[in-house]
Amino acid sequence: MILVIDMNFKKDSLAFYEFVLPIVSIIKKSHPFLIKHRSELNSKDIDDCERIILSGTALKDNEFLGCIEDFGWIRKCDKPILGICAGMEVIGLVFGSSLQGCLEIGMKEIRLTRKNSLFSSTFKAYELHSHSLQPSEDFDALAESENCVQAMKHREKSIYGVLFHPEVRNREIMKRFILLPNKQKT
Amino acid sequence: MRLGVLFSGGKDSTLALLKAMEKENVVCLISIISKNMESYMFHTPNVSLTKLQATAIGLPLIQKSTEGKQEKELEDLKAAIIEAEKQFKIDGIVTGAIESVYQAERIQRICHSLDLWCFNPLWKRNQQELLEEIVHSGFQVIISGVFAYPLDKSWLGKEIDKELIVKLVKLEKQFGLSPSGEGGEIETTVLDAPMFQRKIEVVDFEVRAEENVGIFVINEARLMKK
Repeated sequence: MILVIDMNFKKDSLAFYEFVLPIVSIIKKSHPFLIKHRSELNSKDIDDCERIILSGTALKDNEFLGCIEDFGWIRKCDKPILGICAGMEVIGLVFGSSLQGCLEIGMKEIRLTRKNSLFSSTFKAYELHSHSLQPSEDFDALAESENCVQAMKHREKSIYGVLFHPEVRNREIMKRFILLPNKQKT
Repeated sequence: MRLGVLFSGGKDSTLALLKAMEKENVVCLISIISKNMESYMFHTPNVSLTKLQATAIGLPLIQKSTEGKQEKELEDLKAAIIEAEKQFKIDGIVTGAIESVYQAERIQRICHSLDLWCFNPLWKRNQQELLEEIVHSGFQVIISGVFAYPLDKSWLGKEIDKELIVKLVKLEKQFGLSPSGEGGEIETTVLDAPMFQRKIEVVDFEVRAEENVGIFVINEARLMKK
């Protein structure tokens, strides 16, 4: 079962359709899934799932930054995790990365900087963010745009973050993530 | 949250409006009438009907016209949104964008520049499912424009129902047409929907068509009890 965490400013928000349902539309044909708003997550949800996806949020929605401590469980989690945009920011912050202002909207070129299991070359992707992340030493940067780091992977765990929105124009990246083996080391 | 909905009177912006009304406080509709039939941003046939549709729904309408030149129409849209912000104190905008990153990017930029929320509740929706939801929810929608082979004038004025969806999906398989017209193949006009307090009756219309391009022009329409 894949746990999809709704990172939006409130449960059942209007943004749910835009940032959570497109993720679900990619995984629903091949995997059972559970959607939970970040405010209602419990340890059973995390224990019961096989892998986890953290959604993005609306451009103006930075409310998730006020509850980073709720995501401390990510540090101990050995399951594959993918954070999209806001989700990447949360993952990075949990591991001590730093956030900075960086606005990107629309299709941008993403350059591969490190070989990885999600993508293998330069591509274009849809961006919608007002911050970027300077990953801590726990992570390898996998890709960058002209302005910032666009993808990262934890050095020891299958924990990935992408700043772009793969559910918009790069669905194959989502499909590769849901096929990653559990407890992958590289 | 007080929201303004970008409203063309077609099925997508009307469904986006319905979803926004279910979740937040929609306080106005914003409609841009493009004089350019091939507008990059705005649905064109029967957009002047939005005034009657807004009355049917019971929401105020901010209506602006634009010459429809590529970037100038964005300035005109921004001016309309600024007016909505002043008149109705909106916190954000809702659009009916489904696939177009061109459209989404530009509206996101305008909203960001004005410090407004931007919501796209139909974003990435499966087009067949979207048509089915429209029919299932009780919308009355007619095809008011066709712009691609093999569509022709016989489609104009047809109501979208289960049978028509089957035909559109067949055309997707045969010719690669987007069933909900996301590629600009089809334009639609909504005559009734769940949040309409009254429905619209077409009194007089004309069909202007040539081969695979045509529009169903509503010359006169009136509001009817539901």
